[in-house]
Amino acid sequence: MNMALDVLSWLLLTSGGLAVLIGGIGALRMPDLYSRMHAASVTDSLGAILVIAGIMLQAGLTLASFKLGAILLFLLLTSPTSSYALASAALLAGNKPMDPIDPEPEASQPSDAASTSAEGGRT
Amino acid sequence: MYTVVTIATLITMALALVRAVLGPSVYDRVLAVNMFGTKTVLLLAVIAFLYGRPDFLDLALAYALINFIGVLAVLEFFRSRVERQQSEETRGS
Amino acid sequence: MSVDELAQNVPTRSRGFRILLLTVLLAVAWLLWSGLFKPLLLGLGVLSCGLTLYVLQRMGYFSNETFAFRYNHRLFGFWAWLGKEIVLSSLEVSRAVLSPRLNIDPRTVRLDVSDLDPVDQAVLGNSVTLTPGTLTLDVHQGSMVVHALTPEGAAALQAGEMQRRVGELNN
Repeated sequence: MNMALDVLSWLLLTSGGLAVLIGGIGALRMPDLYSRMHAASVTDSLGAILVIAGIMLQAGLTLASFKLGAILLFLLLTSPTSSYALASAALLAGNKPMDPIDPEPEASQPSDAASTSAEGGRT
Repeated sequence: MYTVVTIATLITMALALVRAVLGPSVYDRVLAVNMFGTKTVLLLAVIAFLYGRPDFLDLALAYALINFIGVLAVLEFFRSRVERQQSEETRGS
Repeated sequence: MSVDELAQNVPTRSRGFRILLLTVLLAVAWLLWSGLFKPLLLGLGVLSCGLTLYVLQRMGYFSNETFAFRYNHRLFGFWAWLGKEIVLSSLEVSRAVLSPRLNIDPRTVRLDVSDLDPVDQAVLGNSVTLTPGTLTLDVHQGSMVVHALTPEGAAALQAGEMQRRVGELNN
């Protein structure tokens, strides 16, 4: 039983290390900002899940396991938030993705200036 | 076996640093630094078990918090600068 | 529908229950994290829990129903499904990264998410970002802009399975 746990945790840790490494290579190779964010997302979600799950199997049912779980939960809840903040800041600064964004469906209406000023007031 | 993960994480951190130096835009650098930060959290968690010092887990959590807030603060700073520049441009034209 | 109207359709818990739940959560987190039961540290714990509750109260957290945590056990089923998706799409992205010619063809698509309430829109946006290969660029007025690394990823999102699963979390 212990042996099986060891093998499983070794598998998780090794594949986690591999996922982290692939994300790093991807962040270096990808051609533009948004595709690099996809590569970084491999390390942030899959890499973190696999590595921390692997350590948790080694730690067993202890306080350390609980802390690792809390760290994993925190990482998984915050990484999309910072990705979204990064993407929206880059978009606002005029960093266009390769494939252009479709215009908003409502943008064809004549009250364009009025709606943008209303949005400006809300934010 | 923790050594394998430690080495993989360290290599990725080095790759992220290369991306941070290459840029080209400031947002690529922020992405690289954010990646470096999350890898630091993983590295701290692994090191806690590699050297048998569970108190490193507290450092990992604290680092995760600092990294998240730091990245958001930097982006907010860039964002407000871009907004200011854009409003100055529209006023100038 | 406005944000307030959408929020009213969702069953909510009472204000006192929410305060109690958060207090218990904070206290458990403090005790497990410190692991020490000296009077000084327990006092500091009570102080920081109280301070957190006061700051949240000042922010209007307890008077705004939108922020009430209202998911049930189905959330775990959703997490399991999301974990499977993360593994599958990570393999796709890894294959693209490691192929010598960088097999990518980024797409930007617009999804209509106006049938979800604001919190579910945020959950959907975060789930999309968490899955490698897809990335939420913008959520605004019920429409969501998603950047996908491959046309297949974009098509899978437009098929709407993730959106349906997030929508089912509440019912």
